[in-house]
Amino acid sequence: MQQIEKWLKENTFHHSQFSNIKELVDLKQRQNVTISLCIPTLNEEKTIGKEIVLFKSQLMERFPLLDEIAVIDSGSEDNTLEVAAAFGADTYLASEILPELEDKKGKGENLWKAIYQLKGDIIVYIDADIKNIHPRFVYGLVAPLLLNKEVHYVKAFYDRPLAFSGSIRPSGGGRVTEILTRPLFSLFYPELTAIIQPLSGEYAVRREVIEKVPFPIGYGVETSHLLDIYEEYGLSAFAQTDLDQRIHRNQTTRALGKMSFGILQTFLQRLRSKHEIENFPELNTIFRQFQVRDETFETIEYNITEYERPPMISVEKYREKFGRSNKKK
Amino acid sequence: MADNFDEILNGLDKYVEKISELKDIFLANLVMLSEIPSPTFGEEKRRDFILERFTEYELQNCSIDEKSNALGVIPGKTGEGNILLCAHMDTVFPVKTDHTVAIQPDMVTGPGVADNGVGLAALVTLPLILEKLNLKFNSNIILIGTSRSLGKGDLEGLRFFLKHSKMTITSGICLEGVRLGRISYSSIGMLRGELSYKIPEEYDWTRFNSVGAIVNMTEMISRILEIPLPRKPRTSINLGAVEGGSSYNMQAMKANLKFEIRSESEEMVESLAQQIRNLSDEMASQTGSDVKFTEVARRSPGGTEFSHPINTRGREILNKLGIKPRFSPSTSELAAFIDKQIPALTLGITSGENISEIDESIHIEPLFKGLAQIVGMIQAIDGGHCNAAN
Repeated sequence: MQQIEKWLKENTFHHSQFSNIKELVDLKQRQNVTISLCIPTLNEEKTIGKEIVLFKSQLMERFPLLDEIAVIDSGSEDNTLEVAAAFGADTYLASEILPELEDKKGKGENLWKAIYQLKGDIIVYIDADIKNIHPRFVYGLVAPLLLNKEVHYVKAFYDRPLAFSGSIRPSGGGRVTEILTRPLFSLFYPELTAIIQPLSGEYAVRREVIEKVPFPIGYGVETSHLLDIYEEYGLSAFAQTDLDQRIHRNQTTRALGKMSFGILQTFLQRLRSKHEIENFPELNTIFRQFQVRDETFETIEYNITEYERPPMISVEKYREKFGRSNKKK
Repeated sequence: MADNFDEILNGLDKYVEKISELKDIFLANLVMLSEIPSPTFGEEKRRDFILERFTEYELQNCSIDEKSNALGVIPGKTGEGNILLCAHMDTVFPVKTDHTVAIQPDMVTGPGVADNGVGLAALVTLPLILEKLNLKFNSNIILIGTSRSLGKGDLEGLRFFLKHSKMTITSGICLEGVRLGRISYSSIGMLRGELSYKIPEEYDWTRFNSVGAIVNMTEMISRILEIPLPRKPRTSINLGAVEGGSSYNMQAMKANLKFEIRSESEEMVESLAQQIRNLSDEMASQTGSDVKFTEVARRSPGGTEFSHPINTRGREILNKLGIKPRFSPSTSELAAFIDKQIPALTLGITSGENISEIDESIHIEPLFKGLAQIVGMIQAIDGGHCNAAN
């Protein structure tokens, strides 16, 4: 518990602490690191233009904090890539990166392939569906990495009610976080409960860390990052930044059910492999939900398999491109 | 300083090209400004954003004043004249409106992006534009985001500045988002007023005429519409907004009407206002209710002549950019300059749609000509090409 308190005090930030972007650019240049932004997309033409314009103008042209902005798309049917390119982002189809590998679809796939495609020493991942996008979404996540070498992975959280009358108020994440993830962390990884929004899709991470972790390509990617990096480096490798409000699409409870199923698979598989639990049964991959038609209950079945990409460092082409070796510490 | 006006005209195409290279920065400023809610009397956050930009671009005298205007000065080489560029910071949208802005390749959409997000974005991007074009002026260029402009604000911010500024303003340019081609150089006489009708709590409902506030307000509206309006001077009464009552089964206790009288003649504005005042007194005595006439804002007619060089140069600049000038009288910031007899005009910057609606939009492509026009106009004024003949 003491460790959590200490971490919350030392490694939890508010974006306003880093609003002097010029200072961050100086730090970055002194450390001689490069920073890449990856925006994974699937049919985001409505919001992608604004993200690119804001990040490019404020964090490349005004202050050269970012070295590249890349959109990695899962095969949008709308004009996501055209809009992104029109505003000057580098655009890629996930399937065209490392094309010799079997094609997989999922956000995690785009994030994983970004490690190969992007050149930065630090990679920032930002979802494309944020309506109130602002440069703070990037500098708020990058800053703790520039300020503290011990920090490897910075997670966003969003916490600022418009009005609150008392001095104590609950703070936390969305429904899946509060009903599934935090209870699971409380049971098995109590220190990780201090991460206020473990499922947020915005985070910044050092290449030398992210290249060593496997990537579930679906719902479990954020959870697996936390578990894998925690196992390797401990809580002190993490930091989190309050980015104020995030306005985005709200998901239905049924959609969250599928998401939870994917996260549970990832979680339980890790628990089994890392703790050598005996007699752990094979996990089913069929997720069932129900609906009523003419007074009869119908089953809807989804086959949700959390396929995982191996750590990028294990891909030979990657090692060649970045001059890396795959030796364990 | 451009000695020859033709030089300015001939440079415009190059300006358009160069300014378009600042597209991302302009759009980012537009988005960030427009997403800050800024209702009249609540402009502080926008003001702070503007001031931050002015400070960052190392303008002089970056400051705010008692009325919450945001101010910065690009010092001139000789400082002989003071050209004031202003854009109002307030919008018609309340804080609770979702101010999210969306960008498409050809347009930007969101509440207030046209009125006056684009004007403000032009104001804060101008120092960068001038730097990129490598332009320096003899005059000081004063940039001001004005507060309390719309509705009940009644140009309070700009009026305050013009009254108390220690710098003598030689010319003014008001920046409005739409529409490119617009040149306003004169103000018509205007009075904005509200009629409120309130039935007292102790009202005796058994009395004849106890029909509620809405019916009586309707009666007053009919009477206003019966007021004869002259063809000359051109005059109109706009009934802008009505509200009243609370639910299906309740007698309406209150009703409120917002209107605007416009006329080329100040006397006509006063005469019509008096007639509406009389109507409200008459209604009060007939119904025993509180009927109140409130004057919210007033403008005197005036402005420069059509043939004043500032207007002629404005037209020539637009023509050179291939844009047809459109002249319309204004009831906006211009009136504050006119009251002080400072030559000024209002310029539009781009085209747009759905103005004052939630899905207000502006087109990106015409922006660059609109911005080049502003630069050309500053050069023309600075070069002495807009001075009236003695």
